[in-house]
Order: sequence, then C-alpha cells, then structure tokens
Amino acid sequence: MTLTPRTELDDVVIRFSGDSGDGMQMTGTLFSDSSALQGNDIATFPDYPAEIRAPQGTVAGVSGFQVHFADHAINTPGDLCDVLVAMNPAALKANARWLKSHAAIICDSDSFHEKNLQRAGFKTDDPIAELGLNDHPIFFPPISSMTRDAVADLDLDLKAALKCKNIFVLGLCYYLFDRHLDHTIDFLQRKFAKKPVIAQANIQALKGGYNYGANTHAFADTYSVKAAPSEPGIYRSISGNQAIAWGFLAASEKSGRPLFCGSYPITPATAILEELAKRKDLGAKTLQAEDEIAGICTAIGASFAGHFAVTTTSGPGLSLKSEAIGLAVMTELPLVIVDVQRGGPSTGLPTKTEQSDLGQALWGRNGECPLVVIAASTPSDCFHYAFWSGKIAMEHMTPVLFLSDGFIANGTEPWRIPSMSDYPAIHPPLIQEAPEGGFMPYARDAERLARSWALPGTKGLEHRIGGLEKDFLKGSVSYDPDNHQRMVQMRAAKVARVQEYLPTQTVIGEPEGDLLIVGWGGTYGHLLSAVQSLQAEGEKISLCHFHFIHPLPKGVPEIFRRFRRILVCELNSGQMAAYLRTACPGFEYLQYNKVQGLPFTVSELQAAFRQQLKA
Amino acid sequence: MNESSPYKYLPADFRSDQEVKWCPGCGDHAILNSVLKALPEVAEALHYRHERFTFVSGIGCSSRFPYYVNTYGFHGIHGRATAIATGVKVANPKLSVWQISGDGDALAIGGNHFIHAIRRNIDINILLFNNEIYGLTKGQYSPTSKLGKITKTSPYGTIEHPFNPGEVVLGARGTFFARSIDVELTLTQQCLVAAAKHDGTSVVEILQNCIIFNDKTFGDFALSKELRAERTITLRHGERMIFGRNRDKGLVQIGMKLMVVTLGEGGVTEDDILIHNAHEPNPGIHMMLANMSYPNYPVALGVIRDVPDHTYDDNLRDQVEEVRAHGAYHDVDALLHSGDTWEVK
Repeated sequence: MTLTPRTELDDVVIRFSGDSGDGMQMTGTLFSDSSALQGNDIATFPDYPAEIRAPQGTVAGVSGFQVHFADHAINTPGDLCDVLVAMNPAALKANARWLKSHAAIICDSDSFHEKNLQRAGFKTDDPIAELGLNDHPIFFPPISSMTRDAVADLDLDLKAALKCKNIFVLGLCYYLFDRHLDHTIDFLQRKFAKKPVIAQANIQALKGGYNYGANTHAFADTYSVKAAPSEPGIYRSISGNQAIAWGFLAASEKSGRPLFCGSYPITPATAILEELAKRKDLGAKTLQAEDEIAGICTAIGASFAGHFAVTTTSGPGLSLKSEAIGLAVMTELPLVIVDVQRGGPSTGLPTKTEQSDLGQALWGRNGECPLVVIAASTPSDCFHYAFWSGKIAMEHMTPVLFLSDGFIANGTEPWRIPSMSDYPAIHPPLIQEAPEGGFMPYARDAERLARSWALPGTKGLEHRIGGLEKDFLKGSVSYDPDNHQRMVQMRAAKVARVQEYLPTQTVIGEPEGDLLIVGWGGTYGHLLSAVQSLQAEGEKISLCHFHFIHPLPKGVPEIFRRFRRILVCELNSGQMAAYLRTACPGFEYLQYNKVQGLPFTVSELQAAFRQQLKA
Repeated sequence: MNESSPYKYLPADFRSDQEVKWCPGCGDHAILNSVLKALPEVAEALHYRHERFTFVSGIGCSSRFPYYVNTYGFHGIHGRATAIATGVKVANPKLSVWQISGDGDALAIGGNHFIHAIRRNIDINILLFNNEIYGLTKGQYSPTSKLGKITKTSPYGTIEHPFNPGEVVLGARGTFFARSIDVELTLTQQCLVAAAKHDGTSVVEILQNCIIFNDKTFGDFALSKELRAERTITLRHGERMIFGRNRDKGLVQIGMKLMVVTLGEGGVTEDDILIHNAHEPNPGIHMMLANMSYPNYPVALGVIRDVPDHTYDDNLRDQVEEVRAHGAYHDVDALLHSGDTWEVK
C-alpha cells in the first residue's frame, strides 16, 4: 500500500521505531490492541536491542515494533512495512531495509538535526538521499514541539512533556488508520492512575496527534481496515509468553496439582515467570531462584512433593539446567522445562529469535537421557501446547522440554478464548496407599510405563529416590549391569510410548505432491503463508509442521512417502533435518536454513520453494 | 511404634533396611545414630507423624544419608540439595525437611544455594557434615580445609583461606547455627532437636572425622573426652560460658574481643563470665563465638544462634492468603476473559 488517496485497505504493516527509551514497544502494543479490538486480525513483532538504553540516537539503540493488521486471516507480522514511523535519524537508518518499495515514512523533524544525524552515522545532512529513499512519500511533522505544545497547559518540565511524544505519534497513526481512541485512553488512565497529570498529558498528546492528522493537509486521506471475518466467539489478544503461563495454570487446574514455577530471569523468557508471579490467586507459587540451576532444582523438589512443577529459561539457562534435567529423568518425576530460544551460542543474541536449541533439547545431557520435546508454533497455541506439556509430564511421569522462541514469545495475535470445559482432565498416577505386597516406587503401569507418584506426607509410602541408577522395581540404588541396561531401555520406551497418546501428524494442503515443506515451532506462520501463496498459484506444495518432536507422532513416514521432494526449513543449520534422518530414515531431506536472529520472510521462502519446484 | 501416642516412635522406626556403606570408623555412623535418636524426640515434641519427615541430600559421602533413614528421601545432585529441599518445603510446608550436605556440597559447588536458602530463612534443617576434605572423590581439599593442608590436589599445601561455616551462615543472615562433633552423640541430638524446633533455616555444623583421608583433623581439640572438655565450650542459652574439666575457665568480653579467663585468677569470679544469649538478634557476639578456634580459644559447640524471624514459608502462606482474599480470579476461565476482549458474532 502507499498513502495514495484510497480509503479502504485490506492489509497494512506499520513499524514504529525510535530510541529504546522512546516507548516504541508500548506504542506498538497499544496500536495492535486497538486494532484487535476493532476486529482486525493482527500479528506483531517486537524487535529491540538487548541493551535497556544503548547510547541515545545511535543505530544500536533503536527499538522497533511491527504491527500487521488486516481484514482477513494473517499468519505473520509481515516481511516489510507499508508505514515506518522513525522518531530519529538512527531509527530511519536501522529500518530502511524493512520498507516496501513505496512505503510511507513519518519522521519527527525536530530530531533530524545535525547532532542526531552524526550519532546515527550519516555522512551528509540529507539522510533521505543517503539511504536512497527519495521515491518514498516522507512526512516530517515536528512531533516533539507539537507534543510540547499539546501539554503546555500542564506545567510539566521539558523532559516529562517530551516523554509523551510516542503517544502523540500514536494519535496521528490512529487518525490515519481510523482507530478508536477509547481503549488507549482507558489504558493511560489505568497505567498512570497514581499520576493523574501524566495520564492527562498523554491523553492530550494522543488527541493532539489525532487532531494534527485531522487538521493538516499533509496526509491526503485516512484509511480504514475492516474487521476480519473470524469464527464466532470471544476474542482477546495474547502473546506467546503469556499463553505459556496460562496454559500451565490450565494444566494445574485440570490436574488438581498446584503450580510451582522455579525460575531465574532471562531474556526472552522472563515474562512467563512475571505472569505466573501474579497468579497467587489461582494458587500458583513462583520462586525467583538464585540461579538457573536452583530454578530447576526447586522445581524438582516441588514435583517430588506433589506440585505440577515448571521452570522457564532460554538457551544459556537450558545449558545450566542440563544436569538437573537428567536428575528428573532418573527420578521419573513430572516437570516441564520451557526454553524460549534466542540466538546462540553462549550469550548470543538475547533479543533475537532462532531455533538452534533443538539438538540440545533432544540430546544435551549426559548418559542416555530421553525426554519429551514439544514445540509451540504461534503466540496463541503456546497455551495449547503448554497445557499438553503438563498433561504428558504428569500422566507419563516424565520431564517435557517445551520449545518456544523469541519471535512467538513476544509476538501477539488475536485468540478465540477457549472454555476450560473443552480441555480434558489430567490424571496423574497419584498413589495413596501401598498395594498388596508392598509399595514399589519404580513399579509401572503397563500402558504408559509410568511409575506412580507417591507424595511425601503419605502414610506407608516412605521411599527414597535419587540420581543413582535405580533398581527396576524397588527404586533402590542398583549397580547391577543387567538392571542398568534394562532401565536405560525402559526410560526410552516410556518416552516412546507417549506417541500412542499424540494426535496423528497432519499435513496442510494436498496429501501428495511435488514438494513437502517440513517445519517445526515458531516458523509456522511464515511457512504457511509461503505455502498457501504457491498453492494459490496451482503448485503441488504442502506443509507438514511439527509440534511434537520427540517422540514423533504417528503417520510421519506415510506423509513423507507421498511427496517428490522434502524441504526441511528451520532457523538453524539443519538440526531438525539431522534428527529426521535418524528418527524417520529412508527419505532425502533437503534443507532451507537461516541463522540471522530473524524470522523467515515469506518472500525468501517463496523464492526457495519455487527453486525446489523447478528442480 | 508405640500405640499409645500417634507421635511416639523409636529410633528403629527410622532405620531403613539398606546396608550402611560408610567406611568402618567414619564419623557418619555416629551422626546417623544421633539423627535416629533425635527424630523420635522431634516427632513427639512437634507432633509430627513419621511420614512427614523428608530427607534431601546432594552428593558426597554424607549425601548417602537418606538411603539409611526410613523416611521420604531424595538423593540429589552435587551442590543442589538446598535448592531441592527448598522446593519440597515450598510445595508442602507441612513436611519436616532435613538436608544432609558435606562441606563440599554445601560450601563449594552448592555455596550459592546455601547462602540464599539462609537469606530466605526457609524452614529447613541443614546438617552440614564438615570433615574438611573430599572423601568420595578420595582425598582432595575442600573449602574448609586448613590453609596449607596437603592433599592430592594440593601436594605442596593449599594456598586458599578456608571458610568457617558458622561465619558464612551468620554472614548470610542466618537465624540458627549450632555446632557439634560426631562423637558427641547427645550434644548432636540436642542440636538437631533445637534445629527442628527453630522456624527458619537451621544449620547444624557437625565436625566429622574422615578416618581415611583426613583422620584427626579436629584431633587437637576433639580427640578425647579430656581434650574436648579443655578445648571446647558447650554453649547453652541462659548459662554462663564456662568450660574446662574442672569448669574453671570462662569467656569474658573485653572491648570488641572475647577473652579466656580462669576463675579465681586475678579476682575473676563466676559473675564476670558472659551469659550465652542465643536469641540476641545482633549477630556480633555469635560471630565471635563461631569464629573461636583452638589454641587461642575453645571451639564453640552447641546452639550458638537461635533467633526468631519471619520465614519464607510463612511469608508465602500469608501472601497467598492475602492475594486470594482480594484476588481477581478464582479459575482459569475467568483469567482468560480478563482484560480487553471482543466478540465476533
């Protein structure tokens, strides 16, 4: 789209960008919430630096928030934007690469002065020419000074007044795209309830921006994006991290086991701990541990004592938890470990997204140490798979490693709120009294191969477990060679048995064809969009997207067999492809990989798929 | 088990069927006996049923302990016993949680968890078996090994200053610290019962002889009853700090220092001797007592510090009750519908 006179649009991507202190994340969130409330489908992508306040005005300190809103179902936050809001020269420079060919640009002219141009690394006083943006419609409203004027009657100091400039630009965008102000006004009143002057200033800035848009002729027309037709129901907007937290609460409620979360803050997983910390009303206990290891070890202790225990982290934290995960495997206790993946190795790219922890999730422990690996694929389905992680962990008495990533963790989308009555009960194998012949801590039920969960405090079930190899029945320490092999095989068989309880793998599109795209986790939206666009062109292409990775669901070879080529697409160098070569041998797995700390773009996927279809 | 009271047990009720595999002569045997005697006393005093006792350990010789006690037991991984015990207690505050760790487990690999449990004042009882050596890995120095100690990994003597566990506990805002010696079975038992009665993190350091790799490391003051009488002092709350075979020595405070005096010498009378106040919130004198070492001082034994303070468990329970009384949501359905929602018809 361009800002040509046209009132109705079906699809818009807007990217807010500025200094990391400029409030761009909040601006983008408010815009997307208002759009969702007006019935648009939305997808968002926060793109921010790891530093809280990198040097002001520099490209390193630019924080961005992209909102895609449409009158139809969308799967991604969009590759490129139709409108870029750049609060300073650095923001313009950092985001020029994300512009569609005729995208409109709105810059705060007050911030485009010599000093800021220098800070952003411009060599001339004409950043537009320097970036080759002359063909774009560019608007230079004096946002800072107009914000100051909008709040002039409130006697704020200059710094406080200028803090409202993000809300001014939000108001301007609300005018341009015909958004309602009421939700944002409510939000500001709530957020600044204890500082009514600040609330008032922001509301005046919001209206100021809106009125500026309405009164000036700089912007030729306003645009509207109609509500997207969706399934009837009550909707809300939800992020991946929030959905994980709520999915765990749901599993706790359905199992009757109180929730315990032992975690150490780490980007981009922290919001899960923060969300659960609020939920003491639902009986959730959170413990902000002294380190990652204490996070998982407190969770293991809580699990031993009968809670539904989880620990949340990102890649570096998962490394630290490895030994304790082995302990949970050995003691056969329910536990969910969440890894919100980011760019690695080491500290890597804390705020960027990647899928490079799959190998670690599958194999990153000493000994033969199998567990269930599940990956969510959208912000809202994090709820569903967090619930399933809890169900599997508790019913099968096994740790489950739940993979999310920075992209879906922070991204938001509308979600049709499910009813808890639609979710199944969870039946952990709790035991209240010793069976005839005495209690055997490692005796198993024949179906799931799960041992029973005997909670400390229960009379007559006193027993000892731990990290040393266990006797296959008594659970006491055993160095017997045959017992060890038997237990290694039993632990593997128990996890493999989970397959019987998983939905059969499905394929999106025709069940046979020329090209099968294989993906897993958070790349779903981009892969789906690219596949659907080629399907619309008549190509015989389908998508097989995995949520259950270990064990694989049933039906996978049957799907793979019916395609001429299989292309495994992932944001790493080929970890899923390598896994499939052993877990589902007999097929040639072609690879499409990207490791830039960024999601796929639909256009690059389309190009890659076309190339395979031609081959 | 005695049928007359539901809380009356015998030491045998707490002994497991597992064969005890510590070396003959190891101090751990004596400590196990003290624990087996202490548990019935704790059960009766606090009205705990057998099944409420839970033992958690890390890795090391001492960490095999849970296998030998017929209670709920969890043998964890190296250094993490404190974190596991914390999780057990948070999940079920009704349990009587006992952690068994050695000096390596608690103060080296698990040092971080140790100090943070103490800071939180979570109501667990930590038995710190201090033998100043790594036994299970066959004789390397530990964070409590004396400076200059020659071991397999310090063939020329260590060049590291050791931790004094009591000092670490008090530095981490500990509310309970006691010290005993493996061979002092009755005193150990008394310290354990006091630890169980204390609300909050209780640390009992037990000086434990490793007969194989560090024999007689405490020998200069602990080898015989006579030496212990002369070179240690057993502190009891409300009693004067008097020691010696003839109970003729005592501690006085001069300025910022403690001093050993002999009763009757230089006009010193019993009235001059300090009275032990384990409940004193200011840890200053407790720190001085915990830091006393032979030969300048007698080594302090008994309950050195026992101060009431808010526990993590109580604060958690109160906060949960408070939030639940005023909380917005009573089930997940309500939570899912909270905040901004819209309807599509």
